[in-house]
Amino acid sequence: MTGRAQRRGKFRTTLGGHSHTFADLRELLAKATPMRSGDVLAGVAAASAAERVAAQTVLADVPLAHFLDEAVVPYEDDDVTRLILDTHDADAFAPVRSLTVGGFRDWLLSWEADTAALTALAPGLTPEMVAATSKLMRVGDLVAIARKTRVVTGLRTTIGLEGRLATRLQPNHPTDDAVGITASLVDGLLHGAGDAVVGINPATDRPSTVRALLELVEDARQRLDAPIQSCVLTHVTTTLELLEQGAPVDLVFQSVAGTQAANRGFGVTLDQLREAHAAASELHRGSVGNNVTYFETGQGSALSADAHHGVDQQTLEVRAYAVCRAFDPLLVNTVVGFIGPEYLYDGKQILRAGLEDHLCGKLLGVPMGVDVCYTNHAEADADDTDTLLLTLGAAGCAFVITVPGGDDIMLNYQSLSFQDVLQVRQTLGLRPAPEFETWLGSVGLLDDAGRVPQLVPEPIRALMG
Amino acid sequence: MSSDVSRDPWDTLRAATRARVGLGRAGDGLSTAENLRLAAAHAQARDAVHAPLDADAVLAALGERAGPVVRSRVADRTEYLQRPDLGRRLADDHGLEGGSYDLAVVVADGLSARAVQDHAVAVVDALLPRLEGWSVAPVVVAEQARVALGDEIAVALGARMVLVLIGERPGMSAPDSLGAYLTYEPRVGRADSERNCVSNIRPPDGLTHDAAAEVLAALMTESFRLGLSGVGLKDTGAALPSAAG
Repeated sequence: MTGRAQRRGKFRTTLGGHSHTFADLRELLAKATPMRSGDVLAGVAAASAAERVAAQTVLADVPLAHFLDEAVVPYEDDDVTRLILDTHDADAFAPVRSLTVGGFRDWLLSWEADTAALTALAPGLTPEMVAATSKLMRVGDLVAIARKTRVVTGLRTTIGLEGRLATRLQPNHPTDDAVGITASLVDGLLHGAGDAVVGINPATDRPSTVRALLELVEDARQRLDAPIQSCVLTHVTTTLELLEQGAPVDLVFQSVAGTQAANRGFGVTLDQLREAHAAASELHRGSVGNNVTYFETGQGSALSADAHHGVDQQTLEVRAYAVCRAFDPLLVNTVVGFIGPEYLYDGKQILRAGLEDHLCGKLLGVPMGVDVCYTNHAEADADDTDTLLLTLGAAGCAFVITVPGGDDIMLNYQSLSFQDVLQVRQTLGLRPAPEFETWLGSVGLLDDAGRVPQLVPEPIRALMG
Repeated sequence: MSSDVSRDPWDTLRAATRARVGLGRAGDGLSTAENLRLAAAHAQARDAVHAPLDADAVLAALGERAGPVVRSRVADRTEYLQRPDLGRRLADDHGLEGGSYDLAVVVADGLSARAVQDHAVAVVDALLPRLEGWSVAPVVVAEQARVALGDEIAVALGARMVLVLIGERPGMSAPDSLGAYLTYEPRVGRADSERNCVSNIRPPDGLTHDAAAEVLAALMTESFRLGLSGVGLKDTGAALPSAAG
């Protein structure tokens, strides 16, 4: 595969009497990207609103097939580029091979592009094609296309079914205190949360601590006889070590990014991910499926590692999903508002990025969730997270993250509360994952109208000590 | 098999965490009272991010240890939040005078001027008596500053080590947390992994000023002995990713 053609055509257009030139696909994609602070920080953003529209106009006429010839990060230098191009499925790509980027947007919106067609197409799409097309979409497009795109995965619950919105219950504690974590775990279960995963960000990567947290949730799962899966979000090398020790590992977690250099910044290689994926798959701990990996991503992570190669942050983010899809994940989520205002400045930028990430992940065949969130130095508040949650609910998002009161006391940022999700499930008629829904009903935590009553069932009371 | 929510089981659990567990509901949503409590906590954090540093008050509290006030290349708070690269560089007209010091101390607003206002001078007061025999430059107050601005300040002053006391990113439950970043042989371009951090200085909930000074003095002494800072300098496990970047 060496020596893949690197055509460097110049892209030109005239708009309002001004001519605009873009040196290569990388520059064209960056300048066509709707405004966000991280691209300005990286020095790759359009210099004016007119230049941005000019770039979008040119991009709309670029043939999708061109993306197979011109890599935004060189093939020779980057294993993510190699993964993308070497695993591209030409047969799956055939139905859209002759389209331009703009034509592809129209096709995605067409009635012909139904759920079955989009599922079949996924292996034929590269991240750059998907990112490019999303840059020509408005929020309404991002929602409408995502709604008919479906990615279904499973371990002990089934994720991604139509009409379902699952939650990661995130019971973090700043000192990994077992009672403190149990408090948040119980609170979440009482609100019907946790059907995607009980996922703890540990305060320390110490293997003994991570193992103790895994066993804490495993013990709760067995005592409650509940269909949940757990994950302690530690580095993949720590999880590998725990797998060798026989710890109860349901899911292998890793943060990943869209370039080899950025993944090096996370201290992870594709080979390590392959090894951990294989080891966890062999355990067969699931009951309805065997998807055993969980990844988090976020626009700006490559720039913060100084590993962006002059590529805009949204294109790089979608490249991260190509890494994820190589390992048959149960769950993937963007941490969209967490990275900070130097990458996504305000509620408007966070809203758009969250919907872009969600759609682009699903189009590539990744089971996409979102951490609907913001930090306190971003220009955002709970109205913005409500808006993103409602639009994601309409878009058929697989899962969102929930913490008590929306206040993560370990990571110091605001995500969704359990109540936020109860409310949006009622507003939009969405339900928990089916296996978890059945369990909730069996312990009295779901009434005939699909509501979660304020009760403490005996098995959960027993966990409270 | 079920019973109504009673306060009893929650008492033990609440005592073990500051997480907002067991909140009141109105239907599926949060109750008015809880919504207002969350809004108030967010407002505190927001105000901490946007309140300007009262440099005069800091200088007055520093007394005869006070040095000059400098700024980064950032124009205003909006730019500060979007351009960390400019917040790491010193404005040209800084007026710092070169000398030869063991230590430069920088009091920097970072993401919470309130943390600096409440805790920075107290940490300086607790720390300097523990550094007997050290030559310490006049304490610099820095506005619109990121941690790495301290590197350029220290170079201008001719200091072999820099300690930056800076407001950390406010959490809803912690709007006034101060961080202390230590860098041996500072220079422009030092990586975060070459610094040590003591964070969450925020009595009474976090570290006390004395406890922070004790840890810092030990780290600084060891740093000079080993001739390095960062991941190679342990003993408190304090090398952290920098929230104030």
